[in-house]
Amino acid sequence: MITIVDYGLGNIEAIANIYRRLDIPVRRARTAAQLADAQRIVLPGVGAFDWAMSRLDQSGMRATLDELVIGQSRPVLGICVGMQMMARRSDEGRCSGLGWIDGEVRAFDESSFTQRTHLPHMGWNHINAQRSGGILAGLEQDARFYFLHSYCFEAHRDQDVLARTDYGGAFASAVQRDHVHGVQFHPEKSHQWGIQLLRNFAAV
Amino acid sequence: MLQPRIIACLLVHKGGLYKTVAFAKPKYVGDPLNAVRIFNEKEVDELMVLDIDATREQREPDYALIRSLAAECRMPLSYGGGVHDVDQFERIVSLGVEKVAVSAAAVNDPSLITAAAERVGRQSVVVVLDVGRGKRGPEIKTHNGQRATGLDPADFAAKVESLGAGEIVLNSIDRDGAMQGYDLPLVRAVRERVSLPLTVLGGAGSLQHIAALVREFGIIGAAAGSLFVFKGVYRAVLINYPSRDDKARLLHDALAIR
Repeated sequence: MITIVDYGLGNIEAIANIYRRLDIPVRRARTAAQLADAQRIVLPGVGAFDWAMSRLDQSGMRATLDELVIGQSRPVLGICVGMQMMARRSDEGRCSGLGWIDGEVRAFDESSFTQRTHLPHMGWNHINAQRSGGILAGLEQDARFYFLHSYCFEAHRDQDVLARTDYGGAFASAVQRDHVHGVQFHPEKSHQWGIQLLRNFAAV
Repeated sequence: MLQPRIIACLLVHKGGLYKTVAFAKPKYVGDPLNAVRIFNEKEVDELMVLDIDATREQREPDYALIRSLAAECRMPLSYGGGVHDVDQFERIVSLGVEKVAVSAAAVNDPSLITAAAERVGRQSVVVVLDVGRGKRGPEIKTHNGQRATGLDPADFAAKVESLGAGEIVLNSIDRDGAMQGYDLPLVRAVRERVSLPLTVLGGAGSLQHIAALVREFGIIGAAAGSLFVFKGVYRAVLINYPSRDDKARLLHDALAIR
């Protein structure tokens, strides 16, 4: 059973539709009580960092989410801003993050770019898997995903970086520390590559 | 490497999908949700849905339709039409839409762009510039091309970028539905003034037109309506989109020549 955290942001229905098509049980949690017995958790997100953090706080689910992920080691997948929320903080806002993966969210540094690019990073791009298997099983070669962001995750520990993507320079497009996963791209909007990733998460 | 985006653009009118020529003569092309399902199967890079009635009729976006489109869509979706305040941006993003577009509202009150970017993040703020002929050259128009603004597209593009827009959709009114190719001089004028992602709409009649755009501008959004909903000289309605292989070859060849 997949539980999608519905704190008012992100494409919950698109994620749920994909799981339904895969015949994987899925539900959404809008309250702490609905979240309480979640086995596998998807934390979606579209939007600015502070908006997302404050919506999560207002939802009343933050403490339960922390307990499930940190206290009970339930697998979690953060998507886009949902991934960024797992950091300690973000250049985009003033709120503190969930702090599940040691790192910070930084604005892309255009001055360091080695070729001319446009910001935000918008469109389909490749990922370079740093490890095989897990949520990237079958996606190690030639998978493409849809990105839409101006900020990116800077992991403090190299081993927490699951995949890198090149955009003016390499950045962490996926992170993983034990059962905690985050992807900067939108698997729910990335055709069969994204479907494969969501299917993988249901099996990790 | 980041790929150029080949975007299907759908116009919503009276609750159905229509395609216009020079912003007029709307022709019915089908049901929006059905079209989204077909585009899912065809693995379209991105979908843009513009409600061409909302601003003119001074009504709210059709949130029920947006919600069902976003749920059905397995590719990124941007929505435009009738959006004029920050709360609407927030509401539409919370329905599962990745990007929200404004046009007339950005002209009337450019500060809206900054306010929206602060709320939902600049990556989700799109400004659509409908460009037609003015007395002194190209000029931005609003309300489906009916109202002249006197604004120069390149100047205004630079302004909206500095205010926090995340993408500009450059739409040529004269080329709309003509299928004779994009307005490349207009794209040049705007591209050299802004560094944000740029999407071009209006005029694509063949994949060669898209290739020509990518050859000159590299990473860019190539959007089309008629090309992906009509087939043949009689403009029979048939939703189509290049296959994964055809698209890869087209982009590879176009980028290699640069």
